[in-house]
Amino acid sequence: MTGMLEVSVWRGSGEEGAYESYQVPARENQTVLDVVSWIQQSVDPSLTYRYACRVGMCGSCAMMVNGQPRWTCRTHVKRVLERGGLRVGPLRNLPVIKDLAADMDPFFDKWVKAGGVHPPSRTRYQPIQPVRPDDPGRVEANKAIECINCSVCYAACDTVTGNPDYLGPAALQRAWTLFNDAKVQDRQAILDGVSGAGGCHNCHSQGSCTRFCPNELDPLSAIAGLKRASARSFLKQRRQEC
Amino acid sequence: MLKPHRHHPLWLAYMLHRLSGLALALFLPVHFHVLSMAITRPESLDHFLSLAANPMVKLMEFGLVFLLAVHFFGGLRLLVLEFLPWSPGQKSLAAASVAGAFLISGTFLLRAV
Amino acid sequence: MLTLGLYMAQRLSAMALAPLVLGHLAVMVYAIQGGLSTAEILGRTQGSIWWFLFYGSFVVAVSIHAAIGLRVIVHEVTRLRGPWLEIFTYGTGIVLLFMGARAVSAVTML
Repeated sequence: MTGMLEVSVWRGSGEEGAYESYQVPARENQTVLDVVSWIQQSVDPSLTYRYACRVGMCGSCAMMVNGQPRWTCRTHVKRVLERGGLRVGPLRNLPVIKDLAADMDPFFDKWVKAGGVHPPSRTRYQPIQPVRPDDPGRVEANKAIECINCSVCYAACDTVTGNPDYLGPAALQRAWTLFNDAKVQDRQAILDGVSGAGGCHNCHSQGSCTRFCPNELDPLSAIAGLKRASARSFLKQRRQEC
Repeated sequence: MLKPHRHHPLWLAYMLHRLSGLALALFLPVHFHVLSMAITRPESLDHFLSLAANPMVKLMEFGLVFLLAVHFFGGLRLLVLEFLPWSPGQKSLAAASVAGAFLISGTFLLRAV
Repeated sequence: MLTLGLYMAQRLSAMALAPLVLGHLAVMVYAIQGGLSTAEILGRTQGSIWWFLFYGSFVVAVSIHAAIGLRVIVHEVTRLRGPWLEIFTYGTGIVLLFMGARAVSAVTML
């Protein structure tokens, strides 16, 4: 691939801003993050964006690329190019700090709110609780542990757009992981944490989270698991009251 | 124009379910009102029912039945997704069998009418 | 905006509606053969406890289901929340229930 790429990049602070066009040399192998970095290094050093590892581990470089949320360090330009051009913006559903850097606070606040902090059932003075790798709960919990908190699913989710209290796919998937973790004792506390006004029951199963997750995780099924578990505990509680 | 992050079947299924549900919910009060005319004003209900011979009204009736069927199957899909932890393969098979059954019985009904 | 209780009401009413909707679809296909008339509808349904129970449970389930469905749409589209959202939900449910009860009694009671 030779020639130039037509790249428009969101520039601005807070809610104010507009897309600005840049000509970027096309390369045979090039990621979207390479393109953004080239603009920052060769055209405008004031361009603000976020990245760290460049190999899909840290989850800090996610942006909207041609209207879809992507991890930019592992997204090849060739695969997302539309009519020779790219449109790069900050992640959806989050406030913008400047240019391509979104404010991740709401995302992480909800992660904590959904019970993202592991509540231990033993102290360090007790023996380690053995966990069998083939235990069904462990198998289910393992499905989501590769989440890198990139917020791609959060940006893809229209339920988050419509309902700002909604905890979002990543945080709910984390709650499902803890729910299946043999080392967590109080399962009901986890279900209670995701059964409020912004809880898992607001999910409309649009499936954009699972479709766009760069690590091919499945928050849609995790949230369905939470719905199932909370429905079961709801019916059980009713039966006990009767 | 549909935003690019919405270009996939599950999102479209969600929107179809929402729009059909909304339309049915708005139709309900009208439906209830017309039926309650059976005691208050039977002659206006008869007049209303005779409108059904009009092809335009027939088309609207078809639309309503279609909305109901779409919302019915979309709802079954959601219940299966949420309450039956099947593998995706099993779910596609189940969806295909429901669609097949619907197709066959639909053809049968069309012939019967 | 759904909490666990509303979610359960929504899904349980949906499960109740599934067979009722199938029945209603079948009735429609059968009833429209040869056109519709008030006398024909009433002749079939009036004074029948079974039609009363069938469409009575339909009305109860659909009022719950539609009120909660509309609540979600209204919240997500207009950002309505708090007590007004509750008033909207219960108001919609009660109006639908009342109108539906009137319709069912009109066609099934003697």
